[in-house]
Amino acid sequence: MIRPEYQNIFTQVQVQGAPEYGMDNENNMAEERAFTPGFSSLAGWFGNAQIGPLYLGWTGLVSIATGLAWFVIVGLNMLAHVGWSIPEFLRQLFWLAQEPPSPEYGLQFPPLNDGGWFLIASFFLLISVMMWWVRSYQLAVMHKMGKHVAWAFLAAIWLFLVLGLFRPILMGSWSEAVPYGIFPHLDWTTAFSIRYGNLYYNPFHALSIVFLYGSVLLFAMHGATILAVTRFGGDRELEQIVDRGTASERAALFWRWTMGFNATMEGIHRWAWWFAVLTPITGGIGILLTGTVVDNWFLWAVEKNFAPAYDGAYGYEAFPGTGGVPATAVMEGR
Amino acid sequence: MFPKWYDKWNKDNPTNVLGPAILVGAAGAAIFTAGIWWAVWDGPYDQQSMQTGPRGTGMHVARFVTDLNTQDPTIANYVTFPPVMPTEDSQRAGDVIEGVEPLLADLTVENYERLIEGMRSWTGIPDLLEPGLENYQTVVARSMIQMTQELNEFWGAHVNQNIGERNVGVSCYTCHRGEPVPTHSWFKLGNVNMAAAGWSANQNRATVQSQFTALPSDALEKYLLEDNPINVHDLDARVNDATRNPATIQDTYRTYSLMNYFSNAVGANCTYCHNTRAFYDPAQHTPQWTIANLGIIMVQEINNDWLVPLTDEFPENRLGPVFGDVAKVACATCHKGYQQPMHRLDMISDWPELATTGEPFYE
Repeated sequence: MIRPEYQNIFTQVQVQGAPEYGMDNENNMAEERAFTPGFSSLAGWFGNAQIGPLYLGWTGLVSIATGLAWFVIVGLNMLAHVGWSIPEFLRQLFWLAQEPPSPEYGLQFPPLNDGGWFLIASFFLLISVMMWWVRSYQLAVMHKMGKHVAWAFLAAIWLFLVLGLFRPILMGSWSEAVPYGIFPHLDWTTAFSIRYGNLYYNPFHALSIVFLYGSVLLFAMHGATILAVTRFGGDRELEQIVDRGTASERAALFWRWTMGFNATMEGIHRWAWWFAVLTPITGGIGILLTGTVVDNWFLWAVEKNFAPAYDGAYGYEAFPGTGGVPATAVMEGR
Repeated sequence: MFPKWYDKWNKDNPTNVLGPAILVGAAGAAIFTAGIWWAVWDGPYDQQSMQTGPRGTGMHVARFVTDLNTQDPTIANYVTFPPVMPTEDSQRAGDVIEGVEPLLADLTVENYERLIEGMRSWTGIPDLLEPGLENYQTVVARSMIQMTQELNEFWGAHVNQNIGERNVGVSCYTCHRGEPVPTHSWFKLGNVNMAAAGWSANQNRATVQSQFTALPSDALEKYLLEDNPINVHDLDARVNDATRNPATIQDTYRTYSLMNYFSNAVGANCTYCHNTRAFYDPAQHTPQWTIANLGIIMVQEINNDWLVPLTDEFPENRLGPVFGDVAKVACATCHKGYQQPMHRLDMISDWPELATTGEPFYE
C-alpha cells in the first residue's frame, strides 16, 4: 500500500501537551493575554493545535469594537432595505448593499438614508483597520521583530484608502467610493473599468496583475519546494537559513539545474514579500490616476501606441445566423 | 480518529485495495470524460459561435446548438389569411356592417372581417372590435392599429432591417402572441429598497427589470421612456476639465443594467454590437449597433407617442401596481429573447391593411 505521508493536504505532526504561553517580557505581555488556551485536533490539521491565549491590547479592542460597529450598521441598513424581513434579507443578501452617497452631495454629508450611514460606517471601518495596523506594528515591537507584517498590511491599506478615501476626495464626491455589498462591489469594479475606457489599458493595472499572478506562482514554487524537502528537514526554514543543510542544498540544486538560477532560503521570502506588497501598491496607483488624471485608458493607449489597430473591416454585412428554424419553412409546411 | 472496532477489524483483515481502487478510478474517469465529451460535442452543450468582428478581437456570439434548432414556440400559433382582392363588386364594410369600426370602414367586407378575425386571434380578445362595442379595448385597438401602420411605414429601418428583399414588418402578433397583455411589457418600479433614497434606493435588488443583477432597476424608465444619455465615456484620454464629468459611476451602473437587458432581450452578448475593448467607439461597432440604436428611438416613440397617451383609457387593473402607469414596451416585448422576432417571419405581406397609413395596396 502506497502511503506517502508527505503528500498530504493536512499537517502531519500535531503537538498537544501543556499549553505554550510564550514570552512574558518587560512589556508585561502576559498581563493582557486573554482566554485560557486549549487544543483542537481539527486546528492541528491546518496549523498549530493550540488555540489561544490572545493578546488584544487597547488597539485590538478598539479595532474589534469599531469593526463591529461598521458590520452592524451595514447589516442593519441592508435589513431596513428589505423592510426588516429576515427571509428576504437572506434571499437578497448577495444583492443588498450599503451604497455611498448619491453624486449630487459631493463631499458634503448626505441624508442618512442616501449615503449618510455609509459615511458613518466607513468612518468606523477606517478606525478599525488603522487600529488593527497599529496593533500589528506594536506586537512586532513587543516581540522585538522586524515590522515586515505591518508594512505589508499597510500596502493593502493603501489600496483600501485609495478606493474609499483618497480618490473620492480628489474626485470631489463620496459617491466614487465602493459600495459595501457582495454583487454591488463587483458591479462597481466593472462599471469603473467601463466608465474609464477599459482598465486593461491602465499600465498600473497591468503591473498589479503581474505581481498578483507572480505572487501565486512564487507561492506555489516555494510551497512545493519546501514540502518536497520536508523529509530532509526543509520545513525548518529558519534553521536552514542560518545553517544550510541538505534540504536547502537539494532545493537550491533542483532549481539551479532546472532554470539556471535559484533563490536562497532567505531570498525567496524577499521575492514573495515584494511581489505581494507591490500588488496593491501598483494597483492603488492605477486606481488613483483613473478619473483624476486619465479619463479614458483606451484612448490613452492609442495615444501611446500600444492599442493595436485591426485591419479587418467593421463594415461587413449584417450577420446571417439568427437561430431557429427558418420561418418560411414553417409557413410553407402548413 | 476512527472507532477502535473499525481499526481492529481493518488490522485483522488486511486487504489490498490499491488494485480495485485504480480500477474504479480509471472506470470513473473514463465515464466522466465520455460524459463531458458527449455533452459538449454532441449533446445539449454543443455550441456554435458566430464571429462578429475581426479575427483576434474575440468578437463572437456563442449559442447552444439546441437553442439554435429550437423554434420560437409562438410561431406555431400564428394565423394569417391572404388578402381578398377587391373587385368592382366589392362592398365597403362601412356600408354593410352596422356599428363598424370607423377606422377600417373603407375596407371591403371580406377584408374587414378577415382583419378582425386575425386581430382577435393575435390578441386573444374574442370580442375585439365587435360592432357597436365601445369599451377600452376598442379605443386601445384603434390606436394600436394606427401605431402598427406607422411602424411599418416609417420604421422600416428597424422592423424590415437585415432581410434583403423580403418583407417582415410587424403586426399585433409581434407583441401580443395571442395574449391580451403582451409578455415582456413593463411598468415603472420606483424605489426597490425601503428606508433609502437616491442611488441607495433604486438598485441592489434582484428584479426582472435589473435582469436579476444588483444593478439599477430603473434603466428602462430612464432610457426607453425618458431620453437620458446612455453613453458614459470621455472622448478625451485625459481629464482636461476637472469640473466636467461625462458620467458618474452610478450612471454607468444604469447603462450597464440597460445593456444587460438588451443582451437578454435579443439573445446576444456584448460583442454582438461592440468591440469590448472600446465600448464607445463607433468605428469598432458592428452594424447591429446601428439597428439597435434605431430600435431605442423607435421604442421611445412607441412609449411616449402611443402608449402613455392611452393611460386614462385602461381600467385600473391593467395599470402599473406602483404608479398606475400604462404598460410599456421595450426590446423584449417584440424580440422575446431572439435576435429577430419569430425568426423574421413575414408579418406583413398578407396584411396590406397594416402596412401603411394610407390606402391598403392589394396585389
